[in-house]
Amino acid sequence: MTTGGKLAWALVGIIAILHYDFWLWDSTATIFGFLPVGLAYQAGISFAAAMAWILVTKLDWPHGVEEWADGGSKPTESEPFASEDPR
Amino acid sequence: MSFALLPAAEAATRTPLIVVGIYLALLIGLGVLSSRLFRGTSSDFFVAERSIGPVLLLMSVFGTTMTAFALVGSTGKAWELGNGVYGLMASSSGILHSAVFFLVGIKLWAIGKRHGYMTQVQFFRARFQSTGIGYLLFPILIALVIPYLLIGILGAGAVVRGVTVGMFPEQFAGMPGPGDRMLFVGSIPSWLTGLVISCVVLFYIFAGGLRSAAWANAFQTVVFMGTGLVAFYLISGRLGGLEAATQAVIDNSPDHMTRARIGKVQFLTYMFVPLSVGMFPHLFQHWLTAKKASNFKLTTIAHPLFIGIVWVPCILIGIWAAGAGIMPPGGNPNALLPKVVDELLHNPYLTGLLTAGILAAIMSSLDSQFVCLGTMFTHDIVLQVAGKDRFSDKAQVMIGRAFIVTIVGLTYVLSLFPPPKIFDLAVWCFSGFASLTPLVFASIYWRRVTKAGAYACVLAAAGSWGWFFYDGLIRPTLAGETMEGDYLVAGMMPVAVIFAASSAALILVSLLTTPPSDEHVDLFQVGTR
Repeated sequence: MTTGGKLAWALVGIIAILHYDFWLWDSTATIFGFLPVGLAYQAGISFAAAMAWILVTKLDWPHGVEEWADGGSKPTESEPFASEDPR
Repeated sequence: MSFALLPAAEAATRTPLIVVGIYLALLIGLGVLSSRLFRGTSSDFFVAERSIGPVLLLMSVFGTTMTAFALVGSTGKAWELGNGVYGLMASSSGILHSAVFFLVGIKLWAIGKRHGYMTQVQFFRARFQSTGIGYLLFPILIALVIPYLLIGILGAGAVVRGVTVGMFPEQFAGMPGPGDRMLFVGSIPSWLTGLVISCVVLFYIFAGGLRSAAWANAFQTVVFMGTGLVAFYLISGRLGGLEAATQAVIDNSPDHMTRARIGKVQFLTYMFVPLSVGMFPHLFQHWLTAKKASNFKLTTIAHPLFIGIVWVPCILIGIWAAGAGIMPPGGNPNALLPKVVDELLHNPYLTGLLTAGILAAIMSSLDSQFVCLGTMFTHDIVLQVAGKDRFSDKAQVMIGRAFIVTIVGLTYVLSLFPPPKIFDLAVWCFSGFASLTPLVFASIYWRRVTKAGAYACVLAAAGSWGWFFYDGLIRPTLAGETMEGDYLVAGMMPVAVIFAASSAALILVSLLTTPPSDEHVDLFQVGTR
C-alpha cells in the first residue's frame, strides 16, 4: 500500500473515532438556529466520510482486480464450486 | 383536526390513494418495459448479466439498503430517543457501509465473476470446500431475510393505514383504541396494503428479474429522496419555520435535543450493526451485477452523502413532532410519519406523493430481497441437490419464482401478527447479519481460516443471537411484558457480544484445525494469479 493509501485509511479511522462525540451528549445548542449541534456534527461526519472515501478510492484502488476477475480459473484446474476437503 | 378519530359517517378524500395508485401503475409499466430487455436466461434474471453501470449500481445499492427502517423507523425512533438516532445508525453506516463495499464488495465481485457465482452460499461452499456449510447457512440467511421483508410490509401497512383514515368508513371499521374509541376508522387495513405492494413488486421482478429490480430501485430512490426533501420543507413550514420548529423542541422536550435517552456504551456498540451489509444476501447479489470493479467507486463515495440527505430530514421531523406534542395513534412509533403528514399537510396531492415516496423506499428493498430468495433456493438447494444440468435456464427461473412466492406468502402471514416497533425488529435482523460478517472478512483476508472455524463461527453467531432474541423479544412478548427502550447486555447492544462470540469461535477453531492448502486458498486471493 502506498503512503497516500495509508494516510487515506488513517483518515477513515480518525473519522470513525470522532464519530463517538461524547462531549456533545448533553448540549442543546443549535447550528444555523435550527440544527441540534449533535445532529450537525454527525451530519458533518457523513460528509467527512464521503471525502475520505474519495481519497481511498484514488490512493488505494486495487488495480488489476478487473483483469483478475476476467481471468476465469478453469474448473478442471481446481474446482471453484463446492467440493469436500479431501483431508 | 386529526382524521384518526373521525366519526364513521364522514368520508375523507381518496385523492392521496389515487396518487399512490398512479405510482404503482408506473412501477408496473417499468416492469413491462424492462421485461422487453429480459433475455430469458437465468444469468439475466439473477444477476442482470453482470452489466450494471456506476449510477445504476449506486442507486440500486442505496435503494436496497434504505427501507422502512430508514424513513418510518428513523422518524419514530427520533421521536422516542431524540436526535442521537442519526449517530446511532446513519453516520456510522456512512463509514462502515462504504468500508464494506470497498473491502468486501469489490473482492466478492471479482471472485464471483471469475468463478461464476451467483450467491453467497456458492462462494462459502467453494472457499471452505464444504457443501454442508451451505446447508447450515441457507436456512439462517433465509430466517434473517424474513424479518427484513416483514419490516417493509409492516412499514407500508402502517403508512397507508395512517394516511387513508376516513376514506372508507363503510368498509373498514378501524381498530379498538384506548377507552371506547376506535382508531384508524375507515382506513385501509395493513393486510390489504401488504398484499397489494407484494403483488406489485412480484409483478415487476417476475417480468425482468434483478435488472427490473435495479431499474425500479433507481427510479424509486429518486422518488423517495425527492419527496422526503419536499416533505421536510413543507412540514417545517407548517411548524412555523425551521427555527420555530426546533425552538418548540427546546421549550417542550429538551431531551430530544440531546442524547439523554441513549447510553454512551449503547451508542458505541451500535457501531457493530451497520456491519450487517457484509452479509446481506441481496446486497451480495447487487454487487455481482456490476459490469466493472470501478463502478463501485461512486457507490462507496456517495453512499454517506445519500444517507445524510435521507436521514437528517427524518430525524428532524421526529424530534419536531415531539416538540409539537404530536402523538402517533396508539403511541406506535411506526405510525408517527403518516400522522405528521396527515396532521400538518392538508394537501391530498402532496400526501399522496409523500406516501408514494415512502412506499418507494420500502419496495426498493423488497424487490431485491425477493429476487435474492429465489436465486438462493434455485442455486444453493435445488441445483446443488439435483445437479447443475438437471434443469433448463427457463426451468431455473420458474423454480426461483415459485420459491419467492412461497416465502413472500409466509412473510405475509407473519405480517398479520406484527411486533410493536419496526426499528427494533430491524436492529435484531441487522444484528444477526452483522454477527456473520467475521466469516466473510476471514474468507477473503485470512488464509488460515478453516472449514471447522467457519462452522464454529456460524453456530456461535446463531446460538448467541437466538438466545438474546428469545430473551429480549420472544420471552417478554409471550409474557405480555411492556418493552421500554432497547434490550441491552451490560449496557451494550447484544450485537457486540454476538460479534465477539462468532469472531472468537472463528479464530480459535481455525487455529486448532488443519488449514486449507495454499493452492486452494490462492483461488480466492484476488490478484494472486
